[in-house]
Amino acid sequence: MDLTLKIWRQASANDKGRFVSYKVNNVSADSSFLEMLDVLNEDLVIKGEDPVAFDHDCREGICGACSLYINGRPHGPDRGITTCQMHMRHFKDGETITIEPWRAKPFPVIKDLMVDRSAFDKIIQAGGFISVRTGGVPDANAIPIPKRDADLAMDAAACIGCGACVAACKNASAMLFVAAKVSQFALLPQGRVEAKERVQKMVAKMDELGFGNCTNTYACEAECPKEISVANIARMNREFLVAKVAAPKDK
Amino acid sequence: MTKVMYASITKKIVMSLMGLFLITFLVVHLSLNLLILFDKSLLKFNQAAHFMATNPVIQLFQWVLFLGFVIHIILGVVLQIQNWMARPIRYERKGSSELSYFSKFMIHTGAIVLIFLVIHFANFFIKAKTGHIDEITYDQGTYENMGQLVVTLFKDGWYVAFYVVALLLLGFHLEHGFQSAFQSLGLNHTKYTPVIKAFGTVFTIVLTLGFIAIPLVIYFS
Amino acid sequence: MGKLDSKIPQGPLAEKWSYYKSHQNLVNPANKRRMDIIVVGTGLAGAAAAASFGELGFNVKVFGIHDSPRRAHSIAAQGGINAAKNYPNDGDSIYRLFYDTIKGGDYRAREANVYRLAEVSNDIIDQCVAQGVPFAREYGGLLDNRSFGGAQVSRTFYARGQTGQQLLLGAYSALSKEIGKGTVKMYPRSDMMDLVVVDGHARGIIARNIITGKLERHAAHAVVLATGGYGNVFFLSTNAMTSNGSAVWKVYKKGAFFGNPCFTQIHPTCIPVAGDYQSKLTLMSESLRNDGRIWVPKYAEDAEKIRKGQLKPTDLGEDRRDYYLERRYPAFGNLVPRDVASRAAKERCDAGFGVGNTGLAVYLDFADAIKRLGKHVIEARYGNLFQMYEKIVDDNPYETPMMIYPAVHYTMGGIWVDYELQSTIPGLFVAGEANFSDHGANRLGASALMQGLSDGYFVLPYTIQNYLAGHIHEPHFKTDLPEFEQAEMNVRETIHRLLSVKGTKTVDTFHRKLGHIMWDYVGMARNKEGLQKAIPMLRQLREEFWKDVKIPGTNEMVNTELEKALRVADFLELGELMARDALHREESCGGHFREEYQTPDGEALRDDANFAYVAAWEYQGENAEPLMHKEPLAFEYIEVKQRNYK
Repeated sequence: MDLTLKIWRQASANDKGRFVSYKVNNVSADSSFLEMLDVLNEDLVIKGEDPVAFDHDCREGICGACSLYINGRPHGPDRGITTCQMHMRHFKDGETITIEPWRAKPFPVIKDLMVDRSAFDKIIQAGGFISVRTGGVPDANAIPIPKRDADLAMDAAACIGCGACVAACKNASAMLFVAAKVSQFALLPQGRVEAKERVQKMVAKMDELGFGNCTNTYACEAECPKEISVANIARMNREFLVAKVAAPKDK
Repeated sequence: MTKVMYASITKKIVMSLMGLFLITFLVVHLSLNLLILFDKSLLKFNQAAHFMATNPVIQLFQWVLFLGFVIHIILGVVLQIQNWMARPIRYERKGSSELSYFSKFMIHTGAIVLIFLVIHFANFFIKAKTGHIDEITYDQGTYENMGQLVVTLFKDGWYVAFYVVALLLLGFHLEHGFQSAFQSLGLNHTKYTPVIKAFGTVFTIVLTLGFIAIPLVIYFS
Repeated sequence: MGKLDSKIPQGPLAEKWSYYKSHQNLVNPANKRRMDIIVVGTGLAGAAAAASFGELGFNVKVFGIHDSPRRAHSIAAQGGINAAKNYPNDGDSIYRLFYDTIKGGDYRAREANVYRLAEVSNDIIDQCVAQGVPFAREYGGLLDNRSFGGAQVSRTFYARGQTGQQLLLGAYSALSKEIGKGTVKMYPRSDMMDLVVVDGHARGIIARNIITGKLERHAAHAVVLATGGYGNVFFLSTNAMTSNGSAVWKVYKKGAFFGNPCFTQIHPTCIPVAGDYQSKLTLMSESLRNDGRIWVPKYAEDAEKIRKGQLKPTDLGEDRRDYYLERRYPAFGNLVPRDVASRAAKERCDAGFGVGNTGLAVYLDFADAIKRLGKHVIEARYGNLFQMYEKIVDDNPYETPMMIYPAVHYTMGGIWVDYELQSTIPGLFVAGEANFSDHGANRLGASALMQGLSDGYFVLPYTIQNYLAGHIHEPHFKTDLPEFEQAEMNVRETIHRLLSVKGTKTVDTFHRKLGHIMWDYVGMARNKEGLQKAIPMLRQLREEFWKDVKIPGTNEMVNTELEKALRVADFLELGELMARDALHREESCGGHFREEYQTPDGEALRDDANFAYVAAWEYQGENAEPLMHKEPLAFEYIEVKQRNYK
């Protein structure tokens, strides 16, 4: 198939950026979206032009590196997958595809379609962990955990940190990402110990970094490649409310 | 600690509490309004209006309600500004992945409802408070004829049209707002959330139709 | 040969690690604060080590090529992690896990290391659960186990099909905790360009900031490499796009010995190559072979017609199919080990019976299983895999058989390390897939995650102290030493050389060619003639690369082509060492199959009398032949046997 790609090009963080249109011909319907971009890039390199920069790595939908806002949707038109798992058969011959980077103040563009998502790491560093050291922990079976809780925790833990939730949200809110981590630990007895501190610290960091507020549009759930439920956001709201109400006065 | 005091979630929780509170007010308001339709003499309505205007508890509550409105509006505006700031560069191709459709337009529906509210306030509340209302005498006593004021206004086609549109937008606002409030409060449950959502929709439709029916019935009768 | 001291502690096998720990040197807390450790790589081994060092009180600097430590390729591991917990009460023990691992590795791993691995495997599970890793559980709330290839017990812990992800996120959260505290400093999007050796000791690295192109010098008292495997030398593999062998190659060139470079694992069940545009291969879980039957057409004409699209697999009746695994291995059938299944598929395709448009695929058929068990059972067992297959291939595996083909998956070879995981360069430690240590010639399923975390959480935090204890008097190093100067200059020069070639072909063109040579001659089945042919071919390709590669742009920007070129330049050299190692090892063992050395039935024929050793290669300079050292492998606690799956 032959396609026109309208791609956001931006030489560096300080560059203004603009859309540039490219034609790619004879694209195989069986190739993946990123392989289609590989073909474009090889052409550009041969012509001596700067190839389009985009993040990617595992190309099997688990590392969370790939992004791309394709025709108004993060990770493109198919549900429950990442861009690297999307194949060109989802597009029509002759179609114009608009490819944009994730847009959010805390995700500045580094180059072209590559954005800086270190804000997510900062939120995890603020409290997205259980404070245990290596060694000296109890036997793995010392605390039984109801299967249902373990499964729910796993549902939340499936988050790959790609940022599609932020990209999809009209408010660029990171609530689904933060809620997934808060939920995972809140559901497990190991994580309950510091649950109150965790939710407050992570939310404070999220706010500080400039993400928007959640207005319960649920676009995040619709676009999450791992289909993480907004029920996790409600759980985080609950955890936060309880933590705030129960928190003793600070000295 | 102030940062956490005013954390995004705190704002959302207060926002939803105020929203739910305002919804209870709408229920009271609608049930009073419906008295116009069921009593042609307007006696019941005027009595109720009188009660609302004079009862000291209601008088006090009036200020609580006013405060509720102000908080809901201020928080709504603050959240919206923050949300706009979180995405300084917009997308070229706009997305529409929202699962709760009217969630996209809360600030817009909210703003128009606010304008309506101001006009509504000028038409009724301020007039009533400043004493420019005719009185009417029944066997049961003499009351300010608020009912007549309503009926007169609802004979004006433009006003009715504006009223109906504003109330429809309020309905859209509530369609998202009702279930959203529960989500913000952390009340999401596999069993009850579908019930809340369904109830919210039915409730919104009934409430909106109730409000809209009054001017339409008056205008066309 | 005296150069290789594996430093195996004294005492009986089961007590060696305890003996080591109670007799090793330690660093006191005040001194820890004054000592710096560099960790390169943020996968299971790197993240676990860095977090643990930080907890102990060292100053740690971590380097990763990704935008976040959470993206390291450990994340893609699906199956699970082994441990000798014996929770199912089915007879497992530390010894049995040790035994299975040595046997699975075809008796080419060091006993003491593997025993320690089995010993700490239980601690790993405890640690991960404490970190909040949501392992699968039974209804009683206790941990669930499943069985995996090469073992008679159920000892594999798992988190759906995403065990690697959950374990990595556990290590990532531990690392994040330390970064938050300030004990660890993270350098994301940073590519290690070279190791700096001062007075014979590893003292730092040169790193390139991928965003700005700036070269940075970092000094430390010790350097830990946890940079993963080099499977991408084959261009197409199940490895992630940026997985590379550059860090290990750079330290090899600085004097660290390279152990068993030719030991590569080929996974039998991957989705076949579809076209030239293909950038990587996707693994399908090995578990599919439990219910699927593998076959190719019995007659070459049928295969030909299928390749041309004139015939569908479902058109062929039973009499026109060849279930070759069941035919050749009646006892194990479709469940033979990875290496055997892979080689058999290649043999059929090479003989002209392959299917798919390229002829490089075989069928994995579920029709019988669906008939026997019902579609719903198959759906419950493999639903997500079938869905993944359908997304990629656009073909419904419930109706037409799946197509699969082997793909490069893991490299058992790596930098030679002693019992302490220290390389032949003092102060340079190597962990995880980057070292050669625990898997011998073939790795068992669910053992890679175990080794990465064992090295990172439970081995390095001890052994590195034994080294550092001797260096407590050394201050924080300055990076203006001439050795740093020189190393940085060399890197600068290499980059300059690459950018000034200004040839006509893209980096990927060369990488693809390299992949073809490696796959054809140093792949699943190797022979003397082919290997002897491959070496000059690789040299020629290398020459061509340096004359004709085209890299647009400059160093001072995000330049993905330059990054790729730097990696491919190293792969081109590493490939030759692999071929050399494969050529010298005149036996077949595990993933290394030399066609000349097989039993009359076509099985791998080991030569324990002559090749029961680790080949550790020492760099001798550009274009000079590397020098091989031997570390003999003595098996005191295990009886060495021939594997038999007939």
